[in-house]
Amino acid sequence: MSFYDIYAKHKELSSDPEIEKFSSLLSVEAESNLEEMAIKAHNLTLQNFGNTIQLYTPMYLSNYCDNQCIYCGFNIKNDVERKKLTLDEVEKEAQFISSIGLKHILILTGESREVNPVEYLKNCVRVLRKYFDSISIEVYPCTREEYAELVAEGVDGLTIYQETYNEDAYSKMHLSGPKRDFRFRLEAPERGAKAKMRNVNIGVLLGLNDWRKDVFFMGLHAKYLQDNFADVDIGVSIPRLRPQVRDFKAISEVSDKNIVQIILALRIFLPRLGISVSTRENPVFRENLLPLGVTRMSAGSSTRVGGHTIGVDEGAEQFEISDSRNVEEVKEMLRKKGYQPVLKDWLQL
Amino acid sequence: MEDILEIAGKKIKNRLFIGTGKFASYKIMQEALMAAEAEVVTVALRRVDIGAKSENILDYIPKACTIMINTSGARNAEEAVRIARMAKAGGAGNWIKIEVIADNKYLLPDNLETLKAAEILVKDGFVVLPYMSPDLSFGRRMAEAGAAAVMPLGSPIGSNRGFKTRELVRIMVGELKVPVIVDAGIGKPSDACECMEMGCAAVLINTAVAISKDPVNIAKAFRLAVCAGRAAYLSGIPETNDFANPSSPLTGFLR
Repeated sequence: MSFYDIYAKHKELSSDPEIEKFSSLLSVEAESNLEEMAIKAHNLTLQNFGNTIQLYTPMYLSNYCDNQCIYCGFNIKNDVERKKLTLDEVEKEAQFISSIGLKHILILTGESREVNPVEYLKNCVRVLRKYFDSISIEVYPCTREEYAELVAEGVDGLTIYQETYNEDAYSKMHLSGPKRDFRFRLEAPERGAKAKMRNVNIGVLLGLNDWRKDVFFMGLHAKYLQDNFADVDIGVSIPRLRPQVRDFKAISEVSDKNIVQIILALRIFLPRLGISVSTRENPVFRENLLPLGVTRMSAGSSTRVGGHTIGVDEGAEQFEISDSRNVEEVKEMLRKKGYQPVLKDWLQL
Repeated sequence: MEDILEIAGKKIKNRLFIGTGKFASYKIMQEALMAAEAEVVTVALRRVDIGAKSENILDYIPKACTIMINTSGARNAEEAVRIARMAKAGGAGNWIKIEVIADNKYLLPDNLETLKAAEILVKDGFVVLPYMSPDLSFGRRMAEAGAAAVMPLGSPIGSNRGFKTRELVRIMVGELKVPVIVDAGIGKPSDACECMEMGCAAVLINTAVAISKDPVNIAKAFRLAVCAGRAAYLSGIPETNDFANPSSPLTGFLR
């Protein structure tokens, strides 16, 4: 059995009361109860995570990609400068980022296995583990064996977004490339968990489909992973579609109020779930979301390959960010809001 | 005579141990530790950045405290042992709270893996305090393995649900030769007091202090509650009766 079987079952109606409750928390009707939900979600978050927010930053290793995702700046059809960091360049970026004090890094590549093979990732990890206490990957979906190889090198976290849980919408958004294989991607988080990743982070790209349905299935997916892999920390991200070089417009608009409802519903449904909010969201909104259930934030982000130390052409970013504050500024904001910024929460064993 | 808890040769007056996670800042944590007059403090090695230029949690722990590094994040004995050895190599002392958790939903400890880690770490020369689910047999085995104390949970970590495991802990207190310290789940000072009245050697509190609106004041309250509970235990608490027991008995004239 895999999550696909659960997914297939719940495409129809659910009779599980807990799941029904989650679905009602995401409903239009629940919009009139946001304050009550917020109080509950705030208390659950405080109890489970305390007054702390974990900080991390992404490092883009390569923007070579084999897929044609109509909403993404790395789309194979896009005429943008392509770049893949050499190991020396990886080391320079690592030195820069770790000098700011960040100890958690998320490394990303475009989804080209050919240009960015597992061997390349492993070589990068060997460099990075000298500088970071926690290394997560956000790359093409791998096999369980490949994930295990990466874990053995020092990777402890896996991030992989399904983008949308609607198979039809998925196929319309991903026109060509290996990413068209919906199921291989859907089962990647559990393969990672079986390979002993410590953290598994899933997500949907809000705007590609009816967000209520997508978030519902993402919540079920997170619950499935929590239930089946009790020794893995499960987290979610809820990115909204941002402007990118292709200027693709969202199919469904997702308002600030919708984002708030999503965070509250997820927190009440799964009190121990990690919830990340990235620099896709603007500073004021990110601050307002803090007490509602957020546990992790990215800071000082660049979505360009080598964006911290190497100048690359303007168009070569994955998407535009909205919060361009540096790490010190984000730390200061957190302190003012009564949160302890956590820069280190793991160690290479 | 002074009431002293002795663990591995260290004489401890204050039976309130404090955990250092979840605080809004290291400064507030430091103030709470001082208000609690803490002598034993636990710190997760995963949070310690030994080479840190500015914020190093250890700098905020009063010098008089004994730091007990915990192995938070360990999923099995092997990982716990590795974390403990890294702590010692990094100069963080040799008191270890073994914490092995392979259940991220309820954060309940794995007693078998904890025992395995305890056996190894005692041989390595650590002062070992295992965090465990309350269980007499495992408690005995931990003690036989050389644990300096055992630390059964009161209820799940961070839950603030209070002393739900009291009947099992009572048995451990009665039977084990090592100190029994209730760790986790204690939500309010009266819970801590109850643990102490029962004869527990100490309590370890974290979440209830760290997420309080006034960590300093609640730390003081816990300190008082622990003292009160301990004093009551030492004084001997009279048994409870189902009926009233008048101080001038009705049949007193027969004597």
